[in-house]
Amino acid sequence: MKSNSLWSDALYRLSRNRAAMFGGFILILLIICAILAPWIAPYSYSYQDLNLGASPPSVEHLLGTDILGRDLLSRILYGARISLLVGFVATGVALIIGVSWGIVAGYVGGRVDSVMMRIVDILYGLPFIIFIILLMVIFGRNLWLLFGAIGAVEWLTMARIVRGQVIGLKNQEFVMAARAMGVSNFAMFRRHLLPNILGPIAVYATLTIPQVMLLEGFLSFLGLGIQPPMSSWGTLIKDGVESMEEYSWLLIYPGITFTITLFALNFFGDGLRDALDPKTTDS
Amino acid sequence: MLAIFVKRILIAIPVLFAVASITFFLIKIAPGGPFDADRAVSPQVLKNLNEAYNLDASNWEQYVDYMSGLIQGDLGPSFRFPGRSVTEMIATGLPVTFELAFYAILIALLMGVFSGVLAALKRNTFLDFIPMAIAMIGICVPTFLMGPLLVLIFGINLEVLPVSGWGQLPGDKILPSLTLGFAYAAYIARLSRGGMLEVLNQDFIRTARAKGLTERMVVIKHAMQGGLIPVVSFLGPAIAGLLAGSFVVETIFQIPGLGRFYVEAAFNRDYTMILGTTIFFSAMIVFFNLLSDLAALWLNPRSRDT
Repeated sequence: MKSNSLWSDALYRLSRNRAAMFGGFILILLIICAILAPWIAPYSYSYQDLNLGASPPSVEHLLGTDILGRDLLSRILYGARISLLVGFVATGVALIIGVSWGIVAGYVGGRVDSVMMRIVDILYGLPFIIFIILLMVIFGRNLWLLFGAIGAVEWLTMARIVRGQVIGLKNQEFVMAARAMGVSNFAMFRRHLLPNILGPIAVYATLTIPQVMLLEGFLSFLGLGIQPPMSSWGTLIKDGVESMEEYSWLLIYPGITFTITLFALNFFGDGLRDALDPKTTDS
Repeated sequence: MLAIFVKRILIAIPVLFAVASITFFLIKIAPGGPFDADRAVSPQVLKNLNEAYNLDASNWEQYVDYMSGLIQGDLGPSFRFPGRSVTEMIATGLPVTFELAFYAILIALLMGVFSGVLAALKRNTFLDFIPMAIAMIGICVPTFLMGPLLVLIFGINLEVLPVSGWGQLPGDKILPSLTLGFAYAAYIARLSRGGMLEVLNQDFIRTARAKGLTERMVVIKHAMQGGLIPVVSFLGPAIAGLLAGSFVVETIFQIPGLGRFYVEAAFNRDYTMILGTTIFFSAMIVFFNLLSDLAALWLNPRSRDT
């Protein structure tokens, strides 16, 4: 029952942290909007009103329209789907690679550990952003490739964190007892190691999502990420920049949305960290 | 120290070799040759082109050829700009990118260290909250948004600074350097605040105060040396980030630096240029990581003697 009280404790601390709760609330709101986009968006994201062209915010178009007369609010809502999808899926990819790598390195230990961590050290020092661009250029700008490429870059820190945690757990009595009872390796991971490192994993995953979204925005901004007719917030900002001299709302509203989302994710992640590990509150 | 240095160099060389090889073969398996993109050329011309660029040799021969050129600093000819070599293009873009990165790091260090140290000293006052709130903005507003917003405010609405260019109009270096530097200023402010808070509670600080040093001396001579180690270790990875930032900033402000060349090469499928710059960037980043690790090691008295 100890693990229960840890989580309920953390939940209580989290609920006392106003910034984190606010961040979480914004996030839930955004996710709901993204899921319901086809039903709540006032227009289709590709519906063009060429006669209207770029128009400032009005009653019919709350956030205005772009050069092709497309409703900006609808495009932001649909963009949320892509941006959040990239954020969650690529973080998931990073999570799977990083956690398995870290658990194996930490649990097996010895030479396997030092080789695996040396690989992580070396990869840390390489300019991954360039490799992502390289992959996008060579294999075409494909959404699934983007998930994989970003995920394949962001797992390194996760592997380090998990390894450290596993090494700490490995020598505790309950793990040794389980091993003495002949618990298989897989069962050991699933029943004894994983539940105990879920906290740090959850914290780091929450803090990885904004980084992934930034990376996607960066690639889309350069024109190497999401391709039309699909749009993410990164591509909306890119389009906004191209016409910001006359139609500044096309840059400002997608920019605000993106920034608020990153704020929310960072506040929530920081709050989660403080809640799960009260010792680090000051840093 | 020397042993660590030599060991790190010895690791770096095979790593860079592997990077060069992997990139080379990745580009070889890329669909489409460099000359069949935009216009149809006659088979004879194509054959001559392939011959001129040594593309009809076997992959292995090309690889050996490229690698032996690489050792001598020759990165081959550009596919897109006939008559110009990749080495030459890197040499033109590099000083610009270096200058931009230098100003950005300078801004980041000045702003970041100053506000971080101040925040740590005036903990839980408004001198702590305000810089940290601004730092949070710096972290959450990406470079590709910050740059255009600065252009919109200072270049277009207030018309006080040029909106693009590098070294052509007075003051045109300010906005790009600020854009690139601001995000790092935010990280450095947070890191130096955290590092200072940790150090300020330690015994040797109390000793320094007890022996009657002025607060200014305590902070500058004793606390900052230890408290800023995280900042020094961050500088190496920051260089890698600056590189990515330079792609964006050089694109926004139309600065003829290495970052813009790389993005253009990626669009033009100028494969030799991509290959050459990738190897070059990797080498630079490995080098700067090494440098910042050594500096952090040197600053930390506990690891200095070993």
